[in-house]
Amino acid sequence: MAFKVTVDLDLCQGYANCLIEAPALFDIDDDTNKAIILGGDEHDEALRNQADASVRGCPARAIVVEDL
Amino acid sequence: MDRIVVVGGSLAGVNAAEALREHGFNGELTLVSAEESLPYDRPPLSKQMLLEDMAPEKLLLKPTDWYEQNGVTVALANPARRLDSATQRVVLADDSELEYDGLVLATGSSVRELSVAHGDPRLHVLHSMEDAVRLRAEFAPGKHLVLVGGGFIGLEVAAAARAQGLDVTVIARGPAPLSRVFVGDVGQWYQGLHERNGVDVRCGSALEAIEWGVDGAVVTLKNGNVIKADIVVAGVGSTPAVEWLANSGIELSNGVACTPDLKTSLPNVVAAGDIVNWRNPIFGEQMRVEHWTNAVDQGRHAASTLLGNRDPFASVPYFWTDQFDTKMRFVGRTTGADQTNIETMTDDKLVATFGRDGVLIGAVCIGSPRQLAKYKVAIQNRTPWDEAVEASLTAAR
Repeated sequence: MAFKVTVDLDLCQGYANCLIEAPALFDIDDDTNKAIILGGDEHDEALRNQADASVRGCPARAIVVEDL
Repeated sequence: MDRIVVVGGSLAGVNAAEALREHGFNGELTLVSAEESLPYDRPPLSKQMLLEDMAPEKLLLKPTDWYEQNGVTVALANPARRLDSATQRVVLADDSELEYDGLVLATGSSVRELSVAHGDPRLHVLHSMEDAVRLRAEFAPGKHLVLVGGGFIGLEVAAAARAQGLDVTVIARGPAPLSRVFVGDVGQWYQGLHERNGVDVRCGSALEAIEWGVDGAVVTLKNGNVIKADIVVAGVGSTPAVEWLANSGIELSNGVACTPDLKTSLPNVVAAGDIVNWRNPIFGEQMRVEHWTNAVDQGRHAASTLLGNRDPFASVPYFWTDQFDTKMRFVGRTTGADQTNIETMTDDKLVATFGRDGVLIGAVCIGSPRQLAKYKVAIQNRTPWDEAVEASLTAAR
C-alpha cells in the first residue's frame, strides 16, 4: 500500500524533527524555515516507518500520513 | 503480563500506553494522573497559551475518545501515593489500590519552590495548564512583570509578556541568562535579544525578599536594588517528581536510577521521561533529560522494555525554545564541553557547536533548522571535533 504525507504549514514551526526522523521525506525551506515534502504525492511503503516516526516526533502535530 | 499500570498523565506516560498497544499488549491498561485534565502538551504553556490565548482543549495530547478506543482506563486527579513492590500494588490518593504485573513510572517534574516567597499564592509559577490560564489573566499592557530566573521558561514568559506590552524585568543569578546550560556567547546572545526588545535583564542578581502589598509586590535584591512589580513569576527550575517512591525500596539517585534499557531496580518496573537517570551510550554519560522529544522516545522505549526488548536507550537529546521571533533548536549536550565553535552569529542567526574530549557533543542552531538535522547525525556518529569544525569551515567557503 502506498501512502501520502501532508504538512499543515500554519502549524509547522520549523522544529526540523521531521527532517531528523525522515530525511527521505522532508526538507526545510531556507526562506520560510518550514517543512517541504520531498518526492511527490505518493510514497512507497518502504518509507512507512520513517513517516510514522515523523508524525510522532512533530511537536507541532503538523504532519498527517494517509493510506492511498 | 495481564495488567500494566502507567503512573503519570504525562507525555511519556501517554506514549508508553500507546506503544504498549502498538506492540500487541492486550491486557488491562490503566493510566494514573495527578491532574484533573486529560494529558496535555506542556511546551505551549509558556508560548502560545500566553501569546494567543490558546484554548486549553487544543493542548490535549489525544482526543477524549482515544482512551476508550485503545482500552486505556484513566484515573484523573488521583495521584499515586505509594508503591508496594512486594505485592506489586500502587496505592492512589483516594486509597484505592491497583495491582500490576508491569509498571511504567512517568511522573515527570515538580516545579522548584522559590524559598524567599514562603509559598505565597500571589507568586506565579508555570507548570500546569491552570498556572498558564491564571498568569495570562493578569497580563495587561503597562503592567510590570518581574521574572525571577534566567532559564528557558523564564525567558519565554518574559518574551510573551513583553510582546503584549508589559514592562518586563528578568532577574538572573548567573553572569548571563541560560548560564546553567550555556557558558559564554549563547547566553549573551539571548541577553542581547531581550534587551533589543525592551526587557530589563539583570544578571548576577540574587533575591533578598519579596513583599506583597495592596497594589503589587516589592522585590528586593541582595545588592540593595528595589523593584516594584505588579506580577512576579518564578522560573527557577524543576525537580524529578519521585517523593512518592521514597519508601518503595526503589533505587533513587537524581531521579530514578535506571539501567541502559530503562528498567528500574525493582522487578517489572520501568521508567520514562524527566525522572529517568540512565547511562546514554552515545555520550558515555549518566544523564537525566527534561525535554519533550525525550519523553516521547523514552515512553515508547520503556514500553518495549517491559514487553521484553533489551536494547539500550541511545539518543541525542533535542530541545527548542521560541522567544520573540527567534526559534532556537538544540541537539546534544553541553555538559563538560571543553571546546566551542561559533559558526555564525548575527542578530537573526546563531550556529554554535560544542565538543568534549575531542568529540562533537552539541549544537545550537537559531534560524538554521537544516544545520540542526545535519549536526544531530554528526553527534550520533560521534564525529571527531576537528572534523566537525573543518566541515563547517568548508561549507562556509
